[in-house]
Amino acid sequence: MKLLIKNGHVVDARTGRNGVFDIVIEDGIIREIGKDIEITSSDLIDATGKYVIPGLVDAHCHLRDPGYEYKEDIESGTASAAMGGFTSVACMPNTNPPIDNQTVIKYIINKSKQEGYVNVYPIGTITKGQRGEELAEIGELKFAGAVAISDDGKPVMNSSLMKKALQYASMFDITVISHCEDLDLADEGVMNEGYQSTIMGLKGVPSAAESVMVARDLLLAEYTNTSIHIAHVSTEASVDLIRNAKKRGVKVTAETCPHYFSLTEDACGDFNTMAKVNPPLRTKKDVEAVIEGLRDGTIDIIATDHAPHHIDEKNIEFNLAASGMVGFETALPLVITYLVDPGILTIEDVVRKMCFNPSKILGLNKGVLGEGRTADITIIDINEEQIIDVNKFKSKSKNSPFDGFRLKGVVYHTIVNGKAVVREKVLL
Amino acid sequence: MNLKRKDLLGLKDISAEEIEYILDTAKTMKMILMSNNKKTPHLQGKSIVTLFYENSTRTRLSFELASKYMGASSANISSTASSVAKGESLIDTGRTIDRMGTDVIIIRHPMSGAPALLAKNVKSSVINAGDGINEHPTQALLDMFTIKEVKGSLKGLKVAIIGDIYHSRVARSNIWGMTKLGANVCVAGPATLLPPLMEKLGVKVYNTVQEALIDADVVMGLRIQLERQKKGLFPTIREYSRFFGLDEKRLMLAKKDAFVLHPGPVNRGVELTTSIIDGEQSLINEQVTNGVAVRMALLYLLTRRGGMSEAAN
Repeated sequence: MKLLIKNGHVVDARTGRNGVFDIVIEDGIIREIGKDIEITSSDLIDATGKYVIPGLVDAHCHLRDPGYEYKEDIESGTASAAMGGFTSVACMPNTNPPIDNQTVIKYIINKSKQEGYVNVYPIGTITKGQRGEELAEIGELKFAGAVAISDDGKPVMNSSLMKKALQYASMFDITVISHCEDLDLADEGVMNEGYQSTIMGLKGVPSAAESVMVARDLLLAEYTNTSIHIAHVSTEASVDLIRNAKKRGVKVTAETCPHYFSLTEDACGDFNTMAKVNPPLRTKKDVEAVIEGLRDGTIDIIATDHAPHHIDEKNIEFNLAASGMVGFETALPLVITYLVDPGILTIEDVVRKMCFNPSKILGLNKGVLGEGRTADITIIDINEEQIIDVNKFKSKSKNSPFDGFRLKGVVYHTIVNGKAVVREKVLL
Repeated sequence: MNLKRKDLLGLKDISAEEIEYILDTAKTMKMILMSNNKKTPHLQGKSIVTLFYENSTRTRLSFELASKYMGASSANISSTASSVAKGESLIDTGRTIDRMGTDVIIIRHPMSGAPALLAKNVKSSVINAGDGINEHPTQALLDMFTIKEVKGSLKGLKVAIIGDIYHSRVARSNIWGMTKLGANVCVAGPATLLPPLMEKLGVKVYNTVQEALIDADVVMGLRIQLERQKKGLFPTIREYSRFFGLDEKRLMLAKKDAFVLHPGPVNRGVELTTSIIDGEQSLINEQVTNGVAVRMALLYLLTRRGGMSEAAN
């Protein structure tokens, strides 16, 4: 049985294809992309008026499995990803136990094959137990299937250890993703240090807590001539540092997340724990810098940092509330509404930053629409509006500050390995 | 007029008119407090609970006596001797108290925003008796009441708040309240104890205590928490006292008729010298008395919201 996608506006970053085409899929592979293709006895998706792009690739999410399945598990997390148009997701290792050994890697890969709606790629830890003391078995993690290493959720505070991690990981050609946060500077703050923290009486995290460590990691990557990927960039200074480092030839890539270009610290007003994230939401100036970084290419990719938490971990005192928000099901509408609609990014840029670049950084053979490639495809309507309703999320968790937001951009179909897992906005 | 609000969570979101109304009502309450018979029926049939997650002497006793003087049934809960110690959430504790017919819950909590969270989840009125480093509205109300008693009005007065502004919920509430009533508020303290962008709150920030004190009408000292020194926010108590402590020589920079406030308890010889604490310009003891009057007024006004007609007097 063949699947035929008719009359969609196909956009691909690598081939440069940008126009109305039909796509034929057979046995999970894209067989043909062309004009006015007619085949009989095929399954048909009419994509008229919609964009057909490579399946979205998320380089940074939390599936909470193993260990915190009450927040999310591989089935619910990948269902949520599919609804958001993601066909491949890389999950961070702060699970319980953490992904610091091949057994956990194999568990995630096997469970994803059985229960997952989309492709799942585990990210291993940099250090054993994410304790920041000794290197994890990075080579073994890579050969078991890890696509990157990160202690995400925590920084590697010890600069010498980080230097060794960069050197050691480069031997195995595995990406090091750095969670940049100087814990001494952060000093147990719970939101951005600024006007809002002053008037709410909450302990603030200075933006320098992030940027100081971004600077350190850029210097270490430069010194060791290795590559590094900076996670969830949120400050103006971080964007400037990365921009300058790229000019010097430092092998750095960077990501930001939708909440860092769509919200400011004001979202925490009235002690709104849904807006508590790490790094914290920053000021308007930072938001503008992040947007400029996306526009000028300093920031290579948009990741979700999908971080599900149970309602009881959010409906408590701000200081005690868990950091993070769910992100799969709002990412694309936020990108369309805050970046594409105002003319900051084109659809081609979006495909580059949400499909091609993340795939490249993680060494995946994804993010491209071309004959002979795996049929991971997302079909979206960028003009249709929706009102975000967290209760409709497929994620087990509903922690999002975007509940009730009117956003542009709707995912209609998500096709993974040639099979539609979301069809006409419905999870199959 | 009636207070239309269900809760008093802070002075950030309250109007000058409401503040004046509470302070006017407190005048009557002070007359009752100073009389021989302190029993009034204002809160008869009402039930009041103090829920304290932090230790307190004066604030808690002040609220308890205020409710008792006005005939309320009152009870108190401390976090160490309740289900809180078993890990019960704030919302669950609040709902339990609510279901016992409570009219007002007075909460003190070490975390900013806790009273707001409670208020959203209970039917009872909630009064913030101090949350983290956010607000301590009843302390600020009693401070403003004390100033008005002496000066008649706050309009145009220079109020200097000295010390650990960063960690002071008293300072924040006073800044919100006093600026609304027309005072010119300024702050001074170690740079490590000043939160960022204070100017946006409508206050002047000075680097030295001396600058803040010049021509001040009111000088407010703040309690310094000794553990702040261990966290490296200032080097030693000795150095703090030398550069930021208030002594008689420094106080002479203020107006001759200036007076001194402090939310207490005072670290004698650190924030203020004993001669100032016990001196003629000190209104620290008067603040304690006024605290009961203000809390009587507030309890009365919150429990009659939507009910009886005008004014306590």
